[in-house]
Amino acid sequence: MTAVQPEGRQELVLERVETFRRRRPRLTDKVVTLAHGAGGKSSAALIDKVFLEAFRNDALEQLGDGALLELPSGERLAFATDSYVVRPRRFPGGSIGHLAVHGTVNDLAMCGAQATWLSAAFVIEEGFPIDELTAIVADMAEAAATAGVQIVTGDTKVVDTGAADGCYITTAGIGIVPEGRRFGADLVQPGDVVLVSGTLGDHGVAVLLARGDLDLEADVQSDTAPLHELMEVLLAAAPGTRWLRDPTRGGVGTVCNELAADAEVAVVLQESALPIRRPVLGACDLLGIDPLYVANEGKLLAVVPAEQAEAALKAMVVHPLGTDSAIIGRIAAEPERIVLLETSFGGTRIVDMLVGDPLPRIC
Amino acid sequence: MKYVDEYRDPAAARLAVRRITELAEGGRNGVPYAFMEVCGGHTHTIYRHGIEQLLPETVELVHGPGCPVCVIPMGRVDDAISLAEQPGVIFTSFGDMMRVPGSTSSLLEAKARGADVRMVYSPLDALKIAMANPDRRVVFFAVGFETTAPSTAVTLLRAREAGVTNFSVFSNHVTIVPPLKAILDSPDLRLDGFLGPGHVSTVIGNRPYDFVPQRYGLPLVTAGFEPLDILQSVVMLLQQYADGRCEVENQYSRIVTDEGNPIAMRILQQVFTLRPHFEWRGLGFIAQSALALNEDFAAYDAERLFALPGVRVADPKSCQCGEVLKGVIKPWECKVFGTACTPETPIGTCMVSSEGACAAYYTFGRLHKTAAGLAAASA
Repeated sequence: MTAVQPEGRQELVLERVETFRRRRPRLTDKVVTLAHGAGGKSSAALIDKVFLEAFRNDALEQLGDGALLELPSGERLAFATDSYVVRPRRFPGGSIGHLAVHGTVNDLAMCGAQATWLSAAFVIEEGFPIDELTAIVADMAEAAATAGVQIVTGDTKVVDTGAADGCYITTAGIGIVPEGRRFGADLVQPGDVVLVSGTLGDHGVAVLLARGDLDLEADVQSDTAPLHELMEVLLAAAPGTRWLRDPTRGGVGTVCNELAADAEVAVVLQESALPIRRPVLGACDLLGIDPLYVANEGKLLAVVPAEQAEAALKAMVVHPLGTDSAIIGRIAAEPERIVLLETSFGGTRIVDMLVGDPLPRIC
Repeated sequence: MKYVDEYRDPAAARLAVRRITELAEGGRNGVPYAFMEVCGGHTHTIYRHGIEQLLPETVELVHGPGCPVCVIPMGRVDDAISLAEQPGVIFTSFGDMMRVPGSTSSLLEAKARGADVRMVYSPLDALKIAMANPDRRVVFFAVGFETTAPSTAVTLLRAREAGVTNFSVFSNHVTIVPPLKAILDSPDLRLDGFLGPGHVSTVIGNRPYDFVPQRYGLPLVTAGFEPLDILQSVVMLLQQYADGRCEVENQYSRIVTDEGNPIAMRILQQVFTLRPHFEWRGLGFIAQSALALNEDFAAYDAERLFALPGVRVADPKSCQCGEVLKGVIKPWECKVFGTACTPETPIGTCMVSSEGACAAYYTFGRLHKTAAGLAAASA
């Protein structure tokens, strides 16, 4: 055996780690934990091993916000579904009803489609007040009207007391993707610019505070909103838009990691450019949570060619849902598959995928 | 944000880095200065703001044992899980303790198997849960240094005052000075000074660290948790070398006093007693390094109320966390680093928390060169 120089050995170890990290996360757990639902590495492992393995097909394997399907006429449909289990069901800025409509409308918008029809299915716990159900459904009707979408089919199931926590909603939606519209990680180029349509982490922090476990009070409203109009505004100003996502669960940090991995590029974010409200930053600081991983429900994240970035930003800031839009980063060739954050303090750090839910730190 | 932005000012950071570079030139006799930051909170700040990439090659930061989550041995985590799985128990814990692996599973997994494990932000929340659920037995998993121990003590005093009988505490509180001594007593130690624990010192004050310069000839600067606090503390350590001084200094003087907080200390004495010894993950048994509930509070002591397995689970032989903690080896020099031991399946304490030295190196290690390149390119 030949002795390896220390410097060389370090390189070898780093290479080994690198190879390991490039592999899709593997499912090793025996039972489902909350981490599998948090949108990080554990979620990816569960989807790969359990769902993709069983259902495998071309449309699913894209693992986009929605599936893109081609009709015999040549028209393309976007098709998306999502379940809503938020606690509390009503929070500053919205309710589970708003989320159930906006979430699916936004998934379709991120495929470039205007939502046309939605389905809604309810799992309701025995004993749930009809008044609250009526209020939630009124919120859904209001949100659907604003988003210009009809709820055309549905289902209701009631389960025993204790078998569900109040009320869960699942919606699915269909929309048509106009001809010539295509986004994808494969289109993303070094030199492109990363745009976000407003402040980060509002929804996640609003819900966390609304739970009341923290005895913290701050004026933070959920940002739940339909993004279909803003998407059109963006595309009109930046027709070359390469890639679009709404950074919900897992936040901007997780979505940028998916982008970096899929496009095999580096995403370089600038901390000083991240739009974050003071109370959100304060709450995150107190709890030791990184706002980059906190959920949004009414923001879009876009990668656009550098030469169209200014036009995109100008157009977005005049839309009521885009007033705090900002250019927050750029795409670089190296280091591949990594999200970097240039800190306001002048340092650089990696923004990694989370393993599970962000947990508050004690020290 | 007022009182926050001032401590994150990039221009002040550049000045501090320039000063550090000047003072540390040539290292200490040609070898980079190695300073240990004691607290997990320091480590978090260092990573969050990318401070390591700002420092010159002549200064290295070694991540110390001050992450209370990382130092809890596997056997105690197993005991916690066994408590959580007892019928009728509501087990309450700080969030970051939930993912720490015991010998076979974690609290998060126990919760998934059906145990009633709830995350709390303060021991007082656990007491509230107990008062709201008089038919259940509520146990609080107390971890942390002298920083969090007073809040556990206050909770116990309130519980007794209110006559709550279904609340108990599984105490894993530890003290900061004994592990520092254990690290300093290590024959293969390679350290040139300490960034001393900020929050612990708000309680115990600065005096308890006098032995560090006096007995071991190393400087210690009690440091705050904002990025500029860290840089300023490094400047102060280097300045001591430049001046030929070696003493305890206080960078965090806006919060920490020499005497600490006498009220908090008194409450600690009212409730706790020192254990003869306690096992630390990665460091082994350390005498008088942890707190148990005293006789007066026996009725609130989960260790006395419940039958616990109390099985000691040895750190795996292949694990070299102790050496990493003492700065003897770098994470990548450990035999199992990146192979058997990864953040998803950690073996040792340094890989457990994202602030552990190994987990941090696993995630950030590759960045050192890349970032150096980036910084050079954008400068």
